[in-house]
Amino acid sequence: MTSRERVLGWVAGLGLTAGFVMAFGVAPREATQGNVQRIMYLHVPAILVAYLAFGVVLVASVIYLWGRAAGADRLAHASAEVGVVFTSINIATGAIWGKPTWGTWWTWDARLTSVSIMFVIYLAYLLLRAMIEDRERAARFAAVLGIVAALDIPLVHFSVYWWRTLHQPATLLRPGSTPMDPPFVLALIVNLVAFVLLYGYFVAKRVRLLRQEQEVLA
Amino acid sequence: MTYARRSWIVLWKDLLSERRSKETLNALFFFALLLLFLFQFALGADRERLTAAMPGLLWLGFILSGLVGLGRAFLAERENDCWEGLLLAPGDKSAIYLGKVAGNLVLMLFVEAVLLVLFAVFFDVDLGAHPLRLTVVIGLGTLGFAAVGTLFAAMTAHVRAREVLFPVLLLPVQVPLLLGAVEATEAVLLGEPLGAVGHWLGLLAAADAIYLTVGILTFDAILEA
Repeated sequence: MTSRERVLGWVAGLGLTAGFVMAFGVAPREATQGNVQRIMYLHVPAILVAYLAFGVVLVASVIYLWGRAAGADRLAHASAEVGVVFTSINIATGAIWGKPTWGTWWTWDARLTSVSIMFVIYLAYLLLRAMIEDRERAARFAAVLGIVAALDIPLVHFSVYWWRTLHQPATLLRPGSTPMDPPFVLALIVNLVAFVLLYGYFVAKRVRLLRQEQEVLA
Repeated sequence: MTYARRSWIVLWKDLLSERRSKETLNALFFFALLLLFLFQFALGADRERLTAAMPGLLWLGFILSGLVGLGRAFLAERENDCWEGLLLAPGDKSAIYLGKVAGNLVLMLFVEAVLLVLFAVFFDVDLGAHPLRLTVVIGLGTLGFAAVGTLFAAMTAHVRAREVLFPVLLLPVQVPLLLGAVEATEAVLLGEPLGAVGHWLGLLAAADAIYLTVGILTFDAILEA
């Protein structure tokens, strides 16, 4: 582990601790949902960081196809893996929150559906990488899929939104956009920053491992 | 040789070899017929239920037969060691991609036309009330499917588990196409004008444009041995 990674890891750890304190200590108990609402401090940063991760996959894929720099490929690979992990955290915490709040673990609501489709697309992306032995070919194909997948996200978002909302207009699943009070927002932001740092730490670690793996195999 | 001419040659080669061997089309027609049996058995004989599920079943049929057909798109090149031939072709490689997309589009539209007739006959539904509107919807949906399917077929042609990997890659990515096509088809079958599904047609057109553009720009990277 390089010293830079170690520093990043400690800072991320401190951020998560601060986020934990904010979420359970500082932020007040939400009036209608009670303590269950606190899962939001994990749920929302996870998906925002997942979107960041898949954005990084897109940029790194374009850079790879442009100049064929092996580093860009490793970054795309690592970022996709971490993005999938954060998406699954988002889906799992959402289900845990949904059971007491909506009375069901899962429903084919627009947001749930589009996030789960995105999850499956990037799982397929990792599967493609795993199934191609030739490293250079895997990098090229994954870069193409990384671009298609990222451009597909807005299409999925709109199609699923129209699909659900035209059939089933706003029910209890669609809370109004009531503004949040400052302590809630602050706790959310602290957790978001901590998650971005955690993402950076994971990606840095995975990129180094992938590089060492390739050096050993080379 | 112009770009369009090079695309045309690839298209012509694929159509000619398909016309002579009839390998894919014959199997696909039979497959489409079997799908109708499956739908019938899965949903039972209830006429109303079948009619309500019609747009979804129709596109399920298109997509399943499309998966089988597209999966074979680069079979001839791979099995007959003609991949190098594609690599050696002069000029921009995206011309090959467009030729292949056009070939797959023709193939899929053929099978879809047969499926439509079979549906009309066996399920006794009136699909011909607005042929032009239905053609627009099916054309837009199929073009996107062929565009992204051809790209993925070229990718998976050299992978060991290609029969599994190809649908696993294609099915999640084409979800917007499927949703848009099913919703628009449903509206057209109910007699609504195209304007009522303008947002879906726009989405389908956007998806077509995105997939085709990415395919044209990246096909070079896929074709390399």
